[in-house]
Formats: sequence, structure tokens, C-alpha cells
Amino acid sequence: MIPTKEQWIKALTDRHGEELQNAFSSAKVAVCGLGGIGSNIAILLARTGIGRLILIDFDRVDITNLHRQQYKASQIGMYKTDVLADNLREIAPYIELESHTERITEDNAAELLQGADIICEAFDDAETKAMLTDIVLSELPDKYLVAASGMAGMGAANSIRTRRITNRFYLCGDEISDVGDGIGLVAPRVALCAAHQAHTVLRIIAKKLEV
Amino acid sequence: MVKINGAELEIAGKTLAEYLAGTKYDPKRIAVERNGGIVPKAKYAETVLCDGDSIEIVSFVGGG
Repeated sequence: MIPTKEQWIKALTDRHGEELQNAFSSAKVAVCGLGGIGSNIAILLARTGIGRLILIDFDRVDITNLHRQQYKASQIGMYKTDVLADNLREIAPYIELESHTERITEDNAAELLQGADIICEAFDDAETKAMLTDIVLSELPDKYLVAASGMAGMGAANSIRTRRITNRFYLCGDEISDVGDGIGLVAPRVALCAAHQAHTVLRIIAKKLEV
Repeated sequence: MVKINGAELEIAGKTLAEYLAGTKYDPKRIAVERNGGIVPKAKYAETVLCDGDSIEIVSFVGGG
């Protein structure tokens, strides 16, 4: 049986404490790209009781995604925004979700992200990562950006780290391991990077800004 | 002297775009932090590097 909203909030508050849970519940976080990093970030943030997630991706679930992304075989062929929303609501039935099934570009990024306090960059393409970083930090100066670079391959788990580049810009990953080098992506290392990003989001909300 | 990713370089007076052109950095795959703030890509050509500047160039790699 699905719990009531009151039961759900109480369970979170019992775990996190009222002050922290109130802050999580009021937070609005955007996840840009719903692949290996983004789908994991969204699930971690939904479990934590983040109030509102903005989910953005243009793509559909492919069989080659299932080895690291938070989708199911039955969801192949469907838009990631749609089925991730279903998966998130199974975990966190009262989360507010705003989905955009479109490609983020230089022209629409600022508008799509206007409603977020914190923005997670979770693309796979290096140029798109740099583009979003540029737009957020130059056009949306009051928002925080938590980006990712370098989580491909079989490198050590401990080489994934979080750095604070500016007051508003955090970067997670080893900053070296490029999927273009043919070393592929494995689920745990991608999830490690996603967990760094999700935890950085929580720490920003909790006003623990140092890394 | 201008500090870039920890190295002290004699490049004061050059623009950021001029400096980058002589390196292996691909301007489409980087973010540049200067003295605590991000330099917008549109301003690389007009950003003159000054003595005492501290710069970090972050390179993005693919995968996600």
C-alpha cells in the first residue's frame, strides 16, 4: 500500500530531522541529461525527499543504456523523461516533477533552468558539458552548478572526487577518464560520480559549501 | 606573472584567446576560472591576462 503524504514526510523527517528535511522539501533541482549520471542523481535526490526535480532529456531508453542507467528492460523505446518520472514516483510518490523532452541548447538553457536553485550537469558529450557550464555560470549567476567530468573505465573508485572551482561551480569525477578513449562506462563508477553530485546538492542545500 | 593551473607563466598582456591558441586546450571543451569567477566564452578574446591573475582551466571529458 502506498503511504499517505503525511506518512511519507514523517518518515523522511524522522531520518533527516525537521530543519534539514524542510530544506530538502523546499529545494528545486534540475537534472540535465538522464543517462548514467542523471538517472542515478534523480533517484538519489528523490529518495532524499527533494521537493521538486526538473528533468530534461530528448532521448529514448535504448538497450545499450541498461548496463548503467536506472531504467528497466520493459521501458526500452520510451522517452527517458516519461519513464524516469514513473520510476521516481514509485520511490517517492509525492515528489513534484517537471519534465522537458527536448535538447538543451545555448538558446533554451537559461529559460528551461529558470525554476531551479541548483543545476546538475549530467550529459555525456564534453562540448555540451562545457556549453551548459558557460551558460549557467554566465547567464544564471544566482544558481549553483554541479557538473561531472571523468567517470569512464575501470579506474579506482577513490579517484572520483568533488572539487569546488568557484563559489557556484562544483566539479565531480576524475577529470581524466574519457569515454572517447574506448574504455567504456561501468555502472558502479558512473554511480559513484552521480552520488558525488547528488551529495554535493544536499550539502549546498544544507549550506555546507566547502568540499 | 600569471598563474595557470599552478604554473607561473610570463604571459601578462596576452588575451585569454591568444594564450589558448598556443596550447592544446580545445576552447569548446573547457571552462576557465579567473580569480574566483568564470570567464564567459564570449569574453575569451577581450580578456587580457594581468600580472597576479590566478587562472584554472577545467577540461571536460566525455561520458555520463
